[in-house]
Amino acid sequence: MLSRTADHLFWMSRYIERAENLARLLDVTWQMSLVPQSEEAANQSWAAIIALNSLEEAYAAKYDTVNGENVLRFMVSDHDNFSSIYSCLRMARENAHAVRGTLTTEMWETMNSTWLEAREKSFEQIVNAGVGDFFEWVKLRSSLSRGTTLGTLLQDEAFHFIRLGTLLERADNTARILDVKYHVLRPHGEEEEATDFYQWGALLRSVSAFEVYRKVYRDVITPERVAELLILNSDMPRSLRFCLNGVVKNLELLSNNHSGETLRQAGQLYSQLRYGRIEDILKDGLHEWLTDFMDRIYLIGNGISKDFLVPMDEAA
Amino acid sequence: MNFYNEMYDADGGVREHYKRYEAWLKETPPERIERKRAEADLAFHRVGITFAVYGEEAGKERLIPFDIIPRVIPSKEWKAMERGMRQRVKALNMFLWDIYHDQEILKAGKIPAEQVLDNAQYRAVMKGVDVPAGIYAHIAGVDLVRAGAGEFYVLEDNLRVPSGVSYMLEDRKMMMRLFPELFARHKVAPVQHYPDMLLEKLRAVAPQGITDPTVVVLTPGAYNSAYFEHSFLAQQMGVELVEGRDLFVKDETVYMRTTQGPQRVDVIYRRIDDDFLDPLAFRADSALGVPGILKAYQAGNVTLSNAIGTGVADDKSIYPYVPEMIRFYLGEEPILNNVPTYMCRKKDDLAYVLDHLGELVVKEVHGAGGYGMLVGPASTREQIDKFRQLLLAKPDGYIAQPTLALSNCPTFVEEGIAPRHLDLRPFVLSSGKCVNMVPGGLTRVALTKGSLVVNSSQGGGTKDTWVLED
Repeated sequence: MLSRTADHLFWMSRYIERAENLARLLDVTWQMSLVPQSEEAANQSWAAIIALNSLEEAYAAKYDTVNGENVLRFMVSDHDNFSSIYSCLRMARENAHAVRGTLTTEMWETMNSTWLEAREKSFEQIVNAGVGDFFEWVKLRSSLSRGTTLGTLLQDEAFHFIRLGTLLERADNTARILDVKYHVLRPHGEEEEATDFYQWGALLRSVSAFEVYRKVYRDVITPERVAELLILNSDMPRSLRFCLNGVVKNLELLSNNHSGETLRQAGQLYSQLRYGRIEDILKDGLHEWLTDFMDRIYLIGNGISKDFLVPMDEAA
Repeated sequence: MNFYNEMYDADGGVREHYKRYEAWLKETPPERIERKRAEADLAFHRVGITFAVYGEEAGKERLIPFDIIPRVIPSKEWKAMERGMRQRVKALNMFLWDIYHDQEILKAGKIPAEQVLDNAQYRAVMKGVDVPAGIYAHIAGVDLVRAGAGEFYVLEDNLRVPSGVSYMLEDRKMMMRLFPELFARHKVAPVQHYPDMLLEKLRAVAPQGITDPTVVVLTPGAYNSAYFEHSFLAQQMGVELVEGRDLFVKDETVYMRTTQGPQRVDVIYRRIDDDFLDPLAFRADSALGVPGILKAYQAGNVTLSNAIGTGVADDKSIYPYVPEMIRFYLGEEPILNNVPTYMCRKKDDLAYVLDHLGELVVKEVHGAGGYGMLVGPASTREQIDKFRQLLLAKPDGYIAQPTLALSNCPTFVEEGIAPRHLDLRPFVLSSGKCVNMVPGGLTRVALTKGSLVVNSSQGGGTKDTWVLED
């Protein structure tokens, strides 16, 4: 397969997955903001989203104050913000457009109509119809992309690059959601507060893991178990371990003469998840652990780019 | 002017081959037709069958309007057209071989040598290059129009990178989806095997010794006006769609950059003009091309389709000589008519043209896409005066032809169903001795009342084209 084609497929799937996860993160933040709390605490959660995407400067250039409405407007509909859901859907469609012949008709039509619909939605319309509905819509369109991919695409290289993009992006995003929310929630320490249940519940729901949690633990919600579920569970489709397992598998299927080192890095990271214990991870501080994890995901992404996607030297 | 109507004869009766369709149109409730037309629009948008228009906002995509009243051609008529195009394209390919080799036709004085050799489209780098099977234009788009008395004329031969075949295929798909019952009532000759036929031709002209060639489609990129078609054809043929930056040349051999390392490429269906193909040989500022590809081509290590230098044969200043080519190379009389053409480079012709600007169509010799032309009868005094100046300044840049009474066909427009002018572009595929085409082609229709310009860049639409089997 052409390196450029692989590059477009990889980024197409990353952008659609990014849009979905961003919708999930904004959704949970918005839901949490509905639970009675101080205005300061609420605005802190919104600020964390901006910080998480390293968008402080771009945000400050447009808005003086951090509050729910501004952050939502900035992260949902802002055309200049390359990290907004709008921009992610546009980039997903642009990448798809560049390789539309490699996609099945169903996949292309899904990508294209997602973009055409997104383009028509102004922020005011989204708010009037309920932001929750919009987030549901984004998740649904992402599911549809995944579904048409699974249901119609030949499982060759193209498929593996798409899966690779999806899983790598999701690993990064789940880590981010956990990082930002865990810290907002954690300061209560051992003192249980009634709101905590709702807050943790919302976090779990944001990664579609509320029912999963009940099924796996059949017990009350505790922060440690939430972390364990989202990091180490082998069967939860949005857990870090699940994602890394898929990254390694797809990398093995795609391997070429240059890709050994990237595969080793991915395999090593997966092993830590495969054989790790949540006590050890929490002992050194979850934030530190997650930061290191995201750095390593970034390196693996670079490795994939170098090994497969960026045109190789002619002498190669 | 007397126009030939494709559906109705001079007395207003329905022509035999349109009878069933006309009956269907009468009995189908208008609401159903309206609904189906809206459905077609939506589907074309969703599928993204769009077209980028030069000069409009960058990256903006527009739909080419699709009309649900087909252009119907009876089998007998088509067979004659088919023979005519086969003959014509054969002669054009022989002409191209000749002018890049022994130049017999010039020696015989059938065409003034300087007309060919000084033509901007003549590529001296092609002299003596033996292209596989002697074929230069593997894909030709012959534009046909029907004039007042029902006779067909060739308007031009597109031998460089003719486009539009994807619309032909998508229009058929759309018609079958919207009105399956129509296909049960008519024996419409199928066209969907075009990509198969194309792939077969491309494989057949691979460099010598290559038994299982790697074929690719070369596109200028996603922002090109015909990108949809490039990607569509690559997908339908199951070959890679590449851009210039995906290819490189090493040891006079072309490779593409893949995730598994370099892979040799044998046949390139290129949708890029000669000028942009190789920055080392042609325009140095081209970022679309592949440095060194001309050398690889001259060495016979890769086949370009169409060949480099075909533009000289479809040039409007060479067009008047095509009947002569047919007589010279094939010893046959031309089956299809040429439109009488005044060459403004000739003094007498120029004088006539200047005197009759109001009745003639004036075209730039190197123009395409309906840009840079004057349709005398439909033009204002200012436009005509502007062209007079252009002609006087650069007479050899223009030709002129009588304004043909292009046939028309009932078409859905805002005020209901009304006649609109149309043309037909069949796609003629050549490899070696075989010249083939799928029945029909792309019918383009001028949607503006009275307009004779059918190009999609000028607001033209398309119709499905039915060749009815007996």
